Amino acid sequence: MSMLYSEKVMDHFMHPRNVGEIPNADGVGEIGNAKCGDIMKMYLKIDNGIITDAKFQTFGCGSAIATSSMATEIIKGKPVEEALKLTNAAVVEALGGLPAVKIHCSVLAEEAVKCALADYYKKQGIDHPVIKEAEELMGRDEEHEHAPVDED
Amino acid sequence: MSRFVYADNAATTAVKPEVISEMMPYFTDKWGNPSSLHKKGREAAIALEEARARIAACLGAEAKEIYFTSCGSESDNWAIKGAAALGRAKGKTHIITSKIEHHAVLHTCEALEKDGFEVTYVGVDAEGFVNVDEIKTAISDKTAVVAIMTANNEIGTIEPIAEIAKIAHAHGALMFTDAVQAVGNIPVDVRALGVDMLALSGHKIHTPKGIGALYIKKGVRIRNLIDGGGQERGKRGGTENLPYIMGLARAMELAVERLPKMAEVARLRDRLRDELLKIPHTSLNGPRADEKRLPGNLNIGFEYIEGESISLLLDAEGICVSTGSACASASLDPSHVLLATGVPHERAHGSVRFSISDDTTAEDIDYILEKLPPVITRLREMSPLYSEAKAAHLI
Repeated sequence: MSMLYSEKVMDHFMHPRNVGEIPNADGVGEIGNAKCGDIMKMYLKIDNGIITDAKFQTFGCGSAIATSSMATEIIKGKPVEEALKLTNAAVVEALGGLPAVKIHCSVLAEEAVKCALADYYKKQGIDHPVIKEAEELMGRDEEHEHAPVDED
Repeated sequence: MSRFVYADNAATTAVKPEVISEMMPYFTDKWGNPSSLHKKGREAAIALEEARARIAACLGAEAKEIYFTSCGSESDNWAIKGAAALGRAKGKTHIITSKIEHHAVLHTCEALEKDGFEVTYVGVDAEGFVNVDEIKTAISDKTAVVAIMTANNEIGTIEPIAEIAKIAHAHGALMFTDAVQAVGNIPVDVRALGVDMLALSGHKIHTPKGIGALYIKKGVRIRNLIDGGGQERGKRGGTENLPYIMGLARAMELAVERLPKMAEVARLRDRLRDELLKIPHTSLNGPRADEKRLPGNLNIGFEYIEGESISLLLDAEGICVSTGSACASASLDPSHVLLATGVPHERAHGSVRFSISDDTTAEDIDYILEKLPPVITRLREMSPLYSEAKAAHLI
């Protein structure tokens, strides 16, 4: 099994874009848990429905940091409705691929964005389906257990 | 100034030039098959038996007790499966091993469970020492073999093998030890350990990959794993890999010769440990007492960050280490060894193993100490766990 990262992944890991916190962010989302080894926290600044700034904090491996970085790059400057459509596949593609065992990192990045957007809608008092989706995602991380996977 | 510092000797070691020199004639000139009766074969057979005697001498064994294999995993498989098959013929269907064994042992035991064996996986304490009382409780006249490693690959714990061997023998069970990590780092004497079988691997002591050996005490007759043309006195089929066997003989002698130097390796390790533990929110995994730990092993847990990230950033600085984080393997769970010692998942993810050797210099340690702290700071500044702990005034 290859664990080699693409140049793009290494670039975003070594030089992550948009690391940090946004004070008084309009939307904050956190997904993952320490037991599993990945936590992503996403902060969004949103003006007139446009994501004007996005920052992240990540506890995790190289690809967790790279996917967080890439996700913030993709959604910055986008309308919230477009950012809601961000898929993990788009993050993987933008990074030039990920090793199979690291695909879950891109899923977390997509979910972190969703959770931050859900928080934004909630704060705005807007009832949006992503709020329920985010609650389910966060509920899953409270309790989920890993199935054992063998090493090669 | 940038350097290359290899601190992952528990994974594999640099091939020593002396080992290659010993091997070369057996590629270019003495390439005969030791089983052939002619001159070319006889010359190979003589070398083979000399190598066997040299290796035996390094282990306090007799030449006829040494059998060559392809690797440590084959030796582990052979010892346990061979002893299990022998045991089954006598109505012994129980195996005892520990929770911190190498996967070559653990997965072999799991395979035997599917074949109807009952396996007891004994636990370890916080420093990785196997619970000897648990072995005493589990063992019975149904126990075919007790398989406990001489020293652990991740946290370096040196197990009380001689004591466990006595317990095994008192109940008519065979005693096997995987000494892959111990050989070359601490004295390994099969008689002092009192074991019936002992596995070792060449590439952990500076041979190329692809050679191992199994010591089987004379009089112990385990079943074969690989049947074939009668090589290794009918116990392990396959034409002997003579160049690698010659390399292993030299590597074993070099390993014994450098044992007195391992105290210096331990001193370098201790300095690395003492300095790294000054970094806040950092803890030592494995044994506290130096004499109970492999001299080149150090395993440190860095809280709030993850090990693969640490090792990738160190790699970018020319430093090679390994991690117990799940993220560095195909598995989603972190190191089974650290979990067995009671380290929680989140701390196991942030563990880094340094395994240094007699090739490691004081300058190498200085270099790690220069490059590592900024890596830890950088990742912590990126970590939501760290900023949340700070915000909550937990740190």
